[in-house]
Order: sequence, then structure tokens, then C-alpha cells
Amino acid sequence: MDEEYVLMKGNEALAEAAIRAGVDGYFGYPITPQSEVMEYLTAAKPWERTGMVVFQAESEVAAINMLYGGAGAGKKVMTSSSSPGISLMQEGLSYIAGAELPVVVVNVVRGGPGLGTIQPSQSDYFQATKGGGHGDYHLLVLAPSSVQEMADFIEDAFELAFKYRNPVMILSDGAIGQMMEKVKFKPQKTRRSDDELPGWATTGKTPDRERNIITSLDLDPYRQERFNIHLQEKYRKMEAEEVRYETFRTEDAEYLLVAYGTSSRICQKSVQLAREEGIKVGLLRPITLYPFPKEPVAQLATQVKGMLSVEMSAGQMVEDVRLAANGRIPVEHFGRMGGVIPAPEEIVEALKQKIIGG
Amino acid sequence: MAELDLKDIIAEENVVYKKTKVLTDKPMHYCPGCGHSTLHRIIAEVIEEMGIQEKTIGIAPVGCAVFMYDYIDVDSQEAAHGRAPALATAIKRLLPDRYVFTYQGDGDLAAIGTAETIHACNRGENITMFFVNNGIYGMTGGQMAPTTLEGMRTSTTPYGRDYHLMGHPIKMTDLVAQLPGTYYVTRQAVHTPNYVRKTKKAVRKAFEYQALGKGVSFVEVVSNCNSGWKMPPVQAVKWLDENMLPYYPLGDIKVPQD
Amino acid sequence: MAKVKGAIVVDTERCKGCELCVISCPTQVIAMSRKVNSKGYHYAYMENPDACNGCTNCAIVCPDGVITVYRKKIVTTEI
Repeated sequence: MDEEYVLMKGNEALAEAAIRAGVDGYFGYPITPQSEVMEYLTAAKPWERTGMVVFQAESEVAAINMLYGGAGAGKKVMTSSSSPGISLMQEGLSYIAGAELPVVVVNVVRGGPGLGTIQPSQSDYFQATKGGGHGDYHLLVLAPSSVQEMADFIEDAFELAFKYRNPVMILSDGAIGQMMEKVKFKPQKTRRSDDELPGWATTGKTPDRERNIITSLDLDPYRQERFNIHLQEKYRKMEAEEVRYETFRTEDAEYLLVAYGTSSRICQKSVQLAREEGIKVGLLRPITLYPFPKEPVAQLATQVKGMLSVEMSAGQMVEDVRLAANGRIPVEHFGRMGGVIPAPEEIVEALKQKIIGG
Repeated sequence: MAELDLKDIIAEENVVYKKTKVLTDKPMHYCPGCGHSTLHRIIAEVIEEMGIQEKTIGIAPVGCAVFMYDYIDVDSQEAAHGRAPALATAIKRLLPDRYVFTYQGDGDLAAIGTAETIHACNRGENITMFFVNNGIYGMTGGQMAPTTLEGMRTSTTPYGRDYHLMGHPIKMTDLVAQLPGTYYVTRQAVHTPNYVRKTKKAVRKAFEYQALGKGVSFVEVVSNCNSGWKMPPVQAVKWLDENMLPYYPLGDIKVPQD
Repeated sequence: MAKVKGAIVVDTERCKGCELCVISCPTQVIAMSRKVNSKGYHYAYMENPDACNGCTNCAIVCPDGVITVYRKKIVTTEI
């Protein structure tokens, strides 16, 4: 399969890429529309290929806490789920952020709230980028927009997770998870041996060191505050060093669409349609949702006359776009909810009504 | 016969018992006479005697024993409330040659963490689980636990636990013994020297069996919570004997057949 | 004949005064001091050291592991 393009579902590509990235353990619980991840992994038997552990937990609550344990032991561990399951994981994610553990969590988002629908949505943006659980913390959030990126972002996510000792979320959606596209995989990486595990991990206290403790607890308020300052410094470093985004036809743009994931693909078509009508529209696609690409949005706010944040939600990322534009130009939102995917024409129409005609 | 001077007895070569080095020098925060301290000490002694300090990873709960990692000198993780068996599952599967143990109280293991407990036991994870049952929530100030006895007064059952309202005290250890994944299940106590000796043997077996890879070794310790029960330690252990042990009788519940 | 003599040393600063050692001692060696340690706990001490045979019951039941036990065999010649 090396070097060749294959046709695969996003969820399956993610699973194959996880095996090839040398992931040590996958712990999950089935939920539509991401169940193919574990189905692929259990069929592929990576324990025979690389020694990777694949494990169906009794709940998402257990799965995220298995990640805590596995990451605390220094291993590369991941899970995947969809919105209701990710809600169940929020307590664990807060503990993982508080214990500074590197894990990768994939959210193949479906519409909510509650049980909602199994159709794709982008209504978990706030939960993903603003913390999600209790306490002052952030996940580093990557948003793929293709099956290829579902595969590629796994390795990136683990690099970032271990660089910052911070949980990383791949915020996908039901469309990218379910659709089939061509994808090319990287060659198999060797899993780290037990001798290569990080020095902070709980691998057994050897006489040459103090015992390692993985905890999020410190009852001393001044030490707890210092720890929180340390976390904030980490997030500032991410904001300085890890912002990723793409632009599409922004050079001469008079109007800007801002969209990530599935919406950004639809918006490419909208840009094309609008330009056929003589409206100079460009697209900015955030790849990291946290840290959000504030600077490029702020820059474009000095160039364009207005921005439309296009999301499959009631308008969540639009708040970050507005903060970045800082009142220089009108910023509006257009989106469909409940699992409805907007059509390119609808977006052009919304741009005309909310921004151009406004 | 000349009376032997104390100085002649108190000499290094005559030591028959002293605190194990696997227990740190940090004074334990537990209340006077608390069984948590005793069980910590027993676990530390067994780890030292088996020579497995370098290979042992402990999982602390939420509750009074949350600071276990300050006292038992092994690599440790502090779990979210009730999730210790999930952490242990992953650690043991990713590092199968290590000794992994969980340490939980009755709220942690038998209320909020019931699912993790049952499923780790049912899967037969090769881990050692310690369960301290003192029939009350100590850390939060003496509220009802799932194991609180009928009629027992707590800060949330001020007129005594009424099973019509609150259900019956749960016998978690008997429950997990029914599951095929448990290999060794026992209920012990630590409030008298003889019980401590028996518990130490049970703790040792629970670690030794882990190396066989045949499933969960589960040790319940029926203990006292002097502050929660609002009794001095000596009165509390008497109350334990008279009230807790008839409902939670001591002894092996499941012993290895092979 | 051989006789066994024992003694205990209590880490008085770490003793929390729970008295479980007192009720566990088969030869009534231990009592609680009238004095208190820096935390305010009355601590255990050998009130009747001659009776100690070094059985370790007190140390084994002590939650905080504050008791060290010593034991020596003494050979005496009967006259």
C-alpha cells in the first residue's frame, strides 16, 4: 500500500494512519458516525503488525481515562468518538490537561444538542476550542478538511501533544469521516520501545530517580496558581508557534469567507460561483482552531470590506473572527444546523444579503 | 539474674520491626487510627519484601486516599473519581510486565466507579485492586456511602440509612467474585494485629497472582472512619467489630482453583 | 533457660495517639503519655518496659508505622 493512492473513508484513513504513526494504544467506544475507526483497527490487527493495543472500553468515560493512564505511562495513546461521546470525555480531558498528558482525541462531530442527529455538524467548536471541561485549559485543535488530512493529522497531532504535553483534538465531522477519497499513506513508523519513554512517565521508579507522579491535584492555592500560569504560558507559546491556516484567492479579495473542515470545501465552490458573478471573494480556512489564526484574519480585515463566517452551527467560530477583526469591518455568520450541509449557492446568497447588501 | 538494660535491647541488630523504606517519611494526613494508613503501610511492606518497587505503578483514587502517592514510594497516577480501574487497564496492557495496583474507597469503587470496577473485573485485567470500605464518605465530611449500613447515621442520613429511601448497603466484593475475570477475591480488616497479619498475606498473594496473568486480584479491607463515625479510634474499632463485620464478614470469597 | 526481652521506640512526633497499640499489647506495656507532641497528640510510651517481649503487635497495628520493635534473647543460668 506504500506510495500508492487508495480510496478510503475518512474514519478508516485515520485508523490506518494511526497504525503507521506508531501509536501504542487506541481506546474507544462505538458511536455513529465514527465507528469505522475501531472497526478498521480491530480488522487490521495492528497488534500483529506493530504491537499496538486496540481496546473497546465500556464507555467513553472509561476510554478517556484509559488515555490518562496510558499517556501517564508515556505511551502514544488516542481515542475517537462523536459529539455525545466527546461530552462524556470532558471530565477526563480536564484531568488530562491538568496532569499535562499528551493524548490525541478525534471528534467526528454530529449535530446536537443531546442525542441530536448522526448527520455532520460543526456545533462542537466552542467545546473544542474554549476548554470543554472545568478549569482554565485549552486543547490544541486541528481541523481536517479531507480524507488525506484525516490521515496526515494523526502524526502531527502526536508531535504537538508530546511537544506541549497537552491534549490535542482532531475536530472532524460526519461528512469527512464518512466520505471516501483518495489518500496516500506515509510508511510505517516503528513504535517507541519501553526504553524510549519520556522521563516523566510512570514506568516504575528506578533507584536513580525520585518517583514520578501524574496528578492534577495541588491544594496549595499559590502553587496551583503558578501551575495555571505555566499552562497559560504554554497556550501563549502555541499561539505564537503553532497557528496553521490556508488562504484561497485572497490576493485581490474584497470579501472574505472564513470556514474550516467541510464548510471550507463548500466555500471554495462558493468563491468560484461568486467570482463568476464578478464578486471578488476569498476564503481563509483555519487549520488550527485553537490557536485560532487571529493575525491573518486581522490582516485581511484591513483589506476586505466584510467577512462571513460559514459554519454548520448557529455561529460559534464567528466570535473568534469578530474578535480578530476587532470591529474594523462587518463580520456575520451563515450556517445550517441539525446535520444540514449548506449548498454553495446558499452561501453566496448569504454573503450578498448579510455583507455586500448590508 | 541481672536486669537487662534497655540500651542493650534497643540496638540495630535486635530490630524485629521497623517502618519500611517504601513508605516515605512524609507524615500521613489520615486521622488517628485510620485504616488507610495501615493498608498503605502493608502495601509498601509487601512491595519491599517482594522487591518490586521498580516495577510497580500505583493508582490513587479521589477521596481520603487521594494523596497515596505522597506516601507509597512508587511511580503513581492520580485518577478521576472512580476511574482508577480504567487507568490501570491501559497501563497494564501497555506495560504488561509491570505490577499495577489500584486503591479505592467505597464511594470511588462502589458508587461513581461501579462501571469501571465491574468491567475491569469482568475482563479479568491482570491488576491488583484494593478496596477500602469504611461505610462512609470521609473526605467530604461523612456523607452516606453505598456501603453505609442500614440505620447508620451520616451527614446525609442524619436519621439513619433507611433502605426504603436509600437502598441497601452494597456488597461489592461478593458481586465481583461472581465475575469470571476475578482470580482471587478476599475481604480483610486491619484494626487488630491478627487481622493485619492476615491482610498482609492477602496483599502479598494479590501481587503474586498478578504475575500469573490470570485476572483481577481483589482485596477489600473493612475499615474504620473515626471522624465520619464520630468516635474515638478505640471505640470505632469496637463498633466495626460489632456492626460492620456481621454484614461484611471477613475471609476469602474466591480462591484460585488451579 | 532462654528468655526473650523486648523494647519499643515510638517516633513520638509522628504518633497520633490513636491508642490501637495500647489495646493490642498482650502484656500491657504501653500507655499514653500525659505530654503531647507538637501536633497536640498524646503519644504512646512504654509504661511497663519490663513486660515487653518484642511481639511486634503494637507496631503491626500502628497505622502510621511509628513504632520500632527490638527483641533480644537472653540466656540465663539457673542456680
